[in-house]
Amino acid sequence: MKLIGRKIYGGLAAGEALVSSMGVSFYGGVDPETGVIVEKGHDLEGRSIAGKVLVFPTGKGSTVGSYTLYRLKKAGKAPAAIINSQCETITAVGCIISEIPCVDSLPIDRILNGVHVRIEEDTVEFAG
Amino acid sequence: MKLTPDEQDILEGKHGRAAAKSMQILFALGTIYGAEHMVPVSSVQIAGVSYDNLGDAGLEFLAEMADGGGKTRVLATLNPAGMDVENWQALGISPTFAEKQALVMQAFQRMGVVTACSCTPYLFGNLPHFGEHIAWAESSAVCFANSVLGARTNREGGPSALASALTGRTPAYGYHLPQERRPTLAVQVRSSLSGTLDFGALGVAIGRRLEERRRPPIPYITGVEQASLEELKSFCASLATFGGSALFHIQGITPEASLYSPPEDAWVVTGDDLKAAAASLNEAGPAEVDFVSLGCPHLSLDEIARLASLLEGRRVSKTFWITTSRLVKHLADRMGYTALIEASGAIFAVDTCCVVAPIKGRFTGLATDSAKACYYAASKNKFKTRFLPFEQVVEEALQ
Repeated sequence: MKLIGRKIYGGLAAGEALVSSMGVSFYGGVDPETGVIVEKGHDLEGRSIAGKVLVFPTGKGSTVGSYTLYRLKKAGKAPAAIINSQCETITAVGCIISEIPCVDSLPIDRILNGVHVRIEEDTVEFAG
Repeated sequence: MKLTPDEQDILEGKHGRAAAKSMQILFALGTIYGAEHMVPVSSVQIAGVSYDNLGDAGLEFLAEMADGGGKTRVLATLNPAGMDVENWQALGISPTFAEKQALVMQAFQRMGVVTACSCTPYLFGNLPHFGEHIAWAESSAVCFANSVLGARTNREGGPSALASALTGRTPAYGYHLPQERRPTLAVQVRSSLSGTLDFGALGVAIGRRLEERRRPPIPYITGVEQASLEELKSFCASLATFGGSALFHIQGITPEASLYSPPEDAWVVTGDDLKAAAASLNEAGPAEVDFVSLGCPHLSLDEIARLASLLEGRRVSKTFWITTSRLVKHLADRMGYTALIEASGAIFAVDTCCVVAPIKGRFTGLATDSAKACYYAASKNKFKTRFLPFEQVVEEALQ
């Protein structure tokens, strides 16, 4: 399936989809050294976002979270790309300063956990 | 989103890497929030200064922006750092932290950001006028600038505020647009208010009832007869912390209130509501308090004068931090207030505050007159808190 969204930060990326139905807080919610989601009760708690195409509705929490994405990138633990239904400031700024492709305004519930996803600019392709 | 030729040049890198990255950030935010164009800004306040919050990643980003030729185009000041820049040893800050914090300050300074580290830039010359477009981070200062001064800013984060400083632009959406500044909720206060604690409690009482939305409702508050500068700064800090608010109007007090009539739906805040709000932050017993702090937001000169008269000839028995900006501290020195305060054993923690300094694990209980300080003491540092009026906070330090 091919979906066209809105480009927040362009580029080419591919990886396995890691899908959450919950908001993600990068500051405090993700371990900046390992990329593992540590927020208690999160549906991805204990899973690593490193190298994944991370799919979630929208970001939340402290604006310092943008720097967490940057730190993950420097540590080689950043997601390959991010897909949101509605991107907000923290994720957008984090993706731009870390150069992580990011697309939003998509029906993210069509993307299933574990499928291979390819992103190019505003276009998202996956099996399904 | 339409850019002017100059803005397009910046985006394409003709003014250097840092400016291009900045314009990318602003362009993306404008796209997300539906801005049609950029507006020039005349003033910036940057958050994300304490190394305790930034970490190595933030430091690396700032250094990269400075290396990339970033230079401020407008007046830009900084939020509190993680330490007193000139006197960090007295606060028990480690040399390693001090070294990293100094690198953060250097990166900002290289870009031309004025390294006056304070959450109250409006007390020393970063003072936008009515209707002026600005790009401020620091939630309490955002609330103050929008509501009390009538300037126009969204709630920026550290990187987006820096991006505005390095380009002189911000995307025109949200609180920059007159139609987005209309009150959406009336709040009737049925209690007399006096002092920073009462106004802080009002911020808690209203803030907790504002639903968590991307754009919280804009309260139009009636029933507040007067409010001092210090009371308003306390209210701004509290409402922004507990309600995520960036703008409110108070009838008869804030400049835009007279443009509107109160919305029909009204909440009532009673004296009991204020007592309950204050009590909810008052969970430490007197014996559990080992840390006392005044100055969240940073103290005004008037508050320091008051503190000096309360402490004159007395000795504090607990760690007592007085947090303020460097410029206000200079005047306190000149007026002799500093000498009186320091003779009591209280410590000036200039450029920093109890929210952003690396003090986790050092104390058990904090006494303060600031609802915002209570919130972060509990959530970030796991301290118990005692939320008391200004004079009683001083008494707590003396016991």
